[in-house]
Amino acid sequence: MKKLDLTRILPGGRRWVIAGPYLWLLVFFFMPFVMVAKISVSETFLGIPPYTAMFEWLDQTLNIRMTFSNYAWLLSDDLYIRAYWNSIKIAFNATVFCLLLGYPMAYAIAKAPSHLQTTWLLLVLLPSWTSFLIRVYAWMGLLGNNGVFNNFMIWIGLIDSPIQMLNTNFAVYIGVVYSYLPFMVLPLYANLVKHDNALLEAASDLGARKVTSFFRITLPLSVNGIIAGSMLVFIPVVGEYVIPELLGGAETLMIGKVLWQEFFNNRDWPVASALAVLMILLLIIPIMLFHRYQNKESGL
Amino acid sequence: MALAAGARRQQHEASAEAKKTLLSIEKVTKYFDEDLAVDNVTLEVRQGEIFALLGASGSGKSTLLRMMAGFENPTEGRILLEGEDITHQPPYQRQINMMFQSYALFPHMTVEQNLAFGLKQEKLSKDVIIDRVQRMLKLVHMEKYARRKPHQLSGGQKQRVALARSLAKQPKLLLLDEPMGALDKKLRTEMQLEVVDILENVGVTCVMVTHDQEEAMTMADRIAIMDQGFIQQVGSPVDIYESPNSRMVAEFIGSVNLFDGQIIDDQEDHMTLHTDDLDADIYIGHGVTSGVDERSMLFALRPEKTLMTREKPDGDYNWSSGIVHDIAYLGGHTVYYVRLPQGKIVQCFLANVERRADRPTWDDPVYVHWASDSGVVLRS
Repeated sequence: MKKLDLTRILPGGRRWVIAGPYLWLLVFFFMPFVMVAKISVSETFLGIPPYTAMFEWLDQTLNIRMTFSNYAWLLSDDLYIRAYWNSIKIAFNATVFCLLLGYPMAYAIAKAPSHLQTTWLLLVLLPSWTSFLIRVYAWMGLLGNNGVFNNFMIWIGLIDSPIQMLNTNFAVYIGVVYSYLPFMVLPLYANLVKHDNALLEAASDLGARKVTSFFRITLPLSVNGIIAGSMLVFIPVVGEYVIPELLGGAETLMIGKVLWQEFFNNRDWPVASALAVLMILLLIIPIMLFHRYQNKESGL
Repeated sequence: MALAAGARRQQHEASAEAKKTLLSIEKVTKYFDEDLAVDNVTLEVRQGEIFALLGASGSGKSTLLRMMAGFENPTEGRILLEGEDITHQPPYQRQINMMFQSYALFPHMTVEQNLAFGLKQEKLSKDVIIDRVQRMLKLVHMEKYARRKPHQLSGGQKQRVALARSLAKQPKLLLLDEPMGALDKKLRTEMQLEVVDILENVGVTCVMVTHDQEEAMTMADRIAIMDQGFIQQVGSPVDIYESPNSRMVAEFIGSVNLFDGQIIDDQEDHMTLHTDDLDADIYIGHGVTSGVDERSMLFALRPEKTLMTREKPDGDYNWSSGIVHDIAYLGGHTVYYVRLPQGKIVQCFLANVERRADRPTWDDPVYVHWASDSGVVLRS
């Protein structure tokens, strides 16, 4: 009789290695999401936890109670819809600003002599070695009515009285673009630095001037870097809470702030959970659609 | 293979136009910081010829080509195209196109779009561009692949597209940078002849850079041997092989047996050399007309002109005894390494005309000999 070969039945080493990250995602991403989704279909309840249970065992019957009133509520009140819309608008604009600022930076670093590239990249990353919160507070000091910028402009006589900068959308944009710029620069740099210089030489050889070469060769070839950078900026900015809270004002309505208010001020966990679930769906669906489109493109 | 270049050469010698100079390089020198890459090179490329720059890596041949294309500026000297100074013209204004070693096909464009790229820069009308692209595709037999992207093509197909793209603008001069460098050996020999065919069809003047002497000899009408940024010799493949002008050229092209000798006698119609390596003296059927003072010369003899027998040859000159040291059977011919009495080892090619012949084997005593016009005398 043949000896039982265990290695044929048990998964190989490669699968075990992959299992680690998958387990991590399952426990720390998927399970919390399921929990939040579960809370989002419950009702508020005074007590601990502050929501009703989904499963109840009564008279030998398992009752499953799910309510979609929270979602209906979100859609009926235009505060939430405006908050979503505003978040997406701010995130989109911030992504465009980051791209306009970050692309030239990444391009310059990628074209710099190789011994300078590391230094310049380090300078881009250097601010993120201090706490994110401290840097946002620093912007409060800079932008405030009694802050550095206003005082300086008054001192050189450009203005008579301080301009309201802090607690405006302008300040939110400053904070967001400043904080998320490295996330745009790094993927763009990683893409641009791999470009084959021979392609630009070939374009030049075939009669293209530098500007044409850039728009016909470099830019189309860096699309993947642009997409990666934009996603890294857009997605976290949609749910950003700290920056609009500290730098924004009453006019700044963002979903992260509303979420916080529902959780901690209103103690309405079910509505807050529904908000969170909707936000994730709002982000995941376009990403998945885009992903499918990209697979189609490359699998031609 | 030599036939293709030979037929072409005859054609060109027949037409008077072939003698016209298209590109002149005048005393061009190029330094990269402190490093001398190209050393005072003067060259003329004639209308319609295929001209090869042949040299080892680091010989400056690629730098010279890149200066022709406009990617590098010469430190000194001038480059003229049809008499017009183009030394400091940017690449996009030169009527010179280049096929890159890596092909440098635009990965995000289809084959068609790659070919049309240069034509679009000239602001040609859409119909003209479509027509020209079609003709180019036909020229390189790639009509079926017009809609493919470069990553969907094989190495040979990529090369055809790259060639078509560099010809699409109908340049006055075509530059080929290591044209077969990225192909495997079998495909290489095939493509060499096909590329020559296509170039002949179009009638374009071409400068190519290669480190592969076989490729240069197959494809080129004339070859320049470069070494350390300097042009050692310019000539037809036959000139370069049969009459090298220096030890470097003789050693670089093919294999060669070299003997250091002293002049015994130097007449107008013959000369004799003495060397310690050989049993007999060397007799050469011509004199050294330059009448040099130095007595020591170098005698270069190609292995296929070095004959080997078991019997002692007649005559007082041009032979030596030896022992078979090693044998390399290469199919078409066999290389015999023969050790001479003084310990020097010479190479000797024997064509394998018969399937099984009675040949000397290891450690057999043999004689090597050659005709009086087989070798070349070089200054040592």
